[in-house]
Amino acid sequence: MQIFHNPNYNFIRWRWHAIGLSAAIIIAGAAMIATRGVPLGIDFSGGTLVRVQFDQQVSEDQVRKALDSIPGDKVVQQFGPVSDRQIMIRLPQTNTTEQGISLEQGSRQIEDALTKAGLPKFQIVLRDIVGPVIGADLQKKGIYATLASIIAITIYIAVRFRPSFAIGAIAATFHDILVTMAFLQFFKYELSLNIVAAILTITGYSVNDTIVIFDRVRENMRNKRREPLEQVVNTAVNQTLGRTIITAGTAFLSVLALYLFGGEALRGFSFTMLVGIISGTYSTIFIASAIAIILSKKPQNASTAAAADSAARTPRKQKGAKAS
Amino acid sequence: MNQNVVWKLGLIVAVIALSIFSFYYKGMNLGLDLKGGVHLVLRVQTDDALRLETETTVERLRDTLTRGSIQFSKLEMKDAKTFVIEGVTNDQGFRTAAVDADAVYNRSSGVGSYTYSMKPNIENQLRGEAVTQALQTIERRVNELGVAEPIVARQGAVDQILVELPGVSDVQRAKDIIRSTALLELKIVEQGPFGTEEAAKQAYNNNVPPDVLLLPGSGGDAGAGGGTPGTVFYAVRRASVVSGRDLRNARPSLDENNLPAVGFSLNADGARKFGAATETNIGRQLAIVLDGRVFSAPVIQSRISDEGRISGSFTQQEAQDLSLVLRSGALPASLTYLEERTVGPTLGADSVRAGVAASIGGLVLVVLFMIVYYKLTGLNAVISIIVNLLILLGLMAYLGFTMTLPGIAGFILTIGMGVDSNVLIFERIKEELTGARGARAAVNAGFDRVWWTIVDTHVSSLISAFLLLQFGTGPIRGFAVTLIIGLLANVFTAVFVSRTVFELVLGQRKTQALSI
Repeated sequence: MQIFHNPNYNFIRWRWHAIGLSAAIIIAGAAMIATRGVPLGIDFSGGTLVRVQFDQQVSEDQVRKALDSIPGDKVVQQFGPVSDRQIMIRLPQTNTTEQGISLEQGSRQIEDALTKAGLPKFQIVLRDIVGPVIGADLQKKGIYATLASIIAITIYIAVRFRPSFAIGAIAATFHDILVTMAFLQFFKYELSLNIVAAILTITGYSVNDTIVIFDRVRENMRNKRREPLEQVVNTAVNQTLGRTIITAGTAFLSVLALYLFGGEALRGFSFTMLVGIISGTYSTIFIASAIAIILSKKPQNASTAAAADSAARTPRKQKGAKAS
Repeated sequence: MNQNVVWKLGLIVAVIALSIFSFYYKGMNLGLDLKGGVHLVLRVQTDDALRLETETTVERLRDTLTRGSIQFSKLEMKDAKTFVIEGVTNDQGFRTAAVDADAVYNRSSGVGSYTYSMKPNIENQLRGEAVTQALQTIERRVNELGVAEPIVARQGAVDQILVELPGVSDVQRAKDIIRSTALLELKIVEQGPFGTEEAAKQAYNNNVPPDVLLLPGSGGDAGAGGGTPGTVFYAVRRASVVSGRDLRNARPSLDENNLPAVGFSLNADGARKFGAATETNIGRQLAIVLDGRVFSAPVIQSRISDEGRISGSFTQQEAQDLSLVLRSGALPASLTYLEERTVGPTLGADSVRAGVAASIGGLVLVVLFMIVYYKLTGLNAVISIIVNLLILLGLMAYLGFTMTLPGIAGFILTIGMGVDSNVLIFERIKEELTGARGARAAVNAGFDRVWWTIVDTHVSSLISAFLLLQFGTGPIRGFAVTLIIGLLANVFTAVFVSRTVFELVLGQRKTQALSI
């Protein structure tokens, strides 16, 4: 079976359209972030989160009423399917002082209020209390880890391929992170540790796809020195198209299983991965190579420069190159 | 069969056998999010240790100056790291007397009045020691709690300590035991008890001398029978007769009214000091102070050397917990909780079930896809995925890494993304087959050409996985670890195992159709 028989789509021709579409999504996401800010989960914002399971069905409103006495913006939410009888209650960070007592006060208040309100019996399934120091620390680490990962990968690609490719790959990665962030906004997901982990995984995954194409570009450059860069890149995208789609397909299938069966706790993670996989595949085909071409063209006549460059930079010998 | 292939097959079978063996016998460490328990991050308030050092230095200096009859108008602590002395008349004499303080503090220049501030290297050393001591104390306490496989370790910033207690149900008790300072001090009572702090101050005409300390305590003396509720105040000597450092042992016992109490015994050094102090103070009260609160203040009837008892209105459990923390030693500084994450045992079990369901679901979907798309060659990829997962589980178990809920996600990603290498190779083989060079040659060319692409993609994925390892807490680390091991195992399975399977199927024949 084969999805594509000798595909020969002109992807490069569509590059400006693709860049336009991506820009629209990213700008919409950025606008939402600018107006509402990135909604932070408890891992980053700090605060108290308690998940209780009641012995009998209890509505959100009943719980909300029971917690009336506690000041501050509470979030009360049904967690998972109704049959689980689980309610999630979240309290914001109350103050910035690191008093040990104040840190656990919130969860105790919740327990007391629920007990007093005469609701059915309940047990605490999960309790997260995150102080402001930890929250701020994780925010910083999350940003550093993402940036460091991007920088390290850029350097690797610049060394293994060429700087313009590295910039193309990294632009595609940034694109995927921004598109994913935008979709997280559209679907109102809060940024949690798991979601940041998913975003970091996507940086690795997105670059993977790009590298496969660039590797093929490099190989083709050695064989077809006469062709202009656009055509070489377009051929490479077409040659690897089957692989790109199938890999995205298997990755998507496995993450879909995670999304469907992996439980509520991993839903944010798997959603992020699903968006990232789609965006990564799209950006590999349309964005990465387009940017690599645009950047390669700038210095001088593209075709001769590319050929000379590839000859100078070939880091390895390949038996196959001679045969074909 | 080719000798070479036999060799490779043997190696593969051995790796599989070792992985299964290791997984079966060592078992998988489950993280707190899968097993239930509590994860705590504490901060050691290292300022306390500095304050104690400065306080002690000031008191010692005051003592030396008084004994040497060196005049000064004011000697007081400004903050945890600095103290000031003013109005020194005999400057030469003072400098000789204060030589001990000079070792630890930098003295400001000038004559007659000085500010002492702690030397930075000493400050760092004291802070470091405080954290180390706190770590050891918490370790002892946690061990006495009887938790299976606890973790007590430094984390992140220098003054943070991570405590993980799997399977603990009474979280509050565990937290209280870990955090109680448990500093026991025995001090001679000067006056008291007074009903209020004001009354105590008035007894000194509102001018409490520096060597006297006012401490709150529970109403009524030990043995008064129940004790009246409310707080009373004692004026005690600042210098302790003995402190928790001189304790040899502590255990729950009963007081003279058969109520739960904590009995303690002192080591030789403590017993000597205690004996001398009780002998010279017969008839006075002895305050038993725990964490700055007077628990009881019995009258000293006779010389006591090495045994004592703390009574208050304890429950049996409280008496037990108190002896536990006393035995484990006092904390050098107070602790605050920065983070607490509690996972109930049912939630953990649910997560494991969901994780297993998702893994099986993901595996089935990907396997079906590969077989439908690549036919028999798809089976080759399936073999390589399964071997990959077995190695992943085996290595995780062998190296004692922890499987967490995000780790399960990593496991599933390994299924979906691991086949990428196979797909890359198979697609290339398909391309080479159109060149009509025969199956064997196409397979060889496919593997050879794709090798460096596989290296590049794996390196870039490993870079982000290693940075993930630096970020985040236990669960995320579990994810990063599964990704890393999965990626490394994938290079072996997608390239070596898969190629061996091809060689086995194709044998030595030059031309044969390939089901791809």
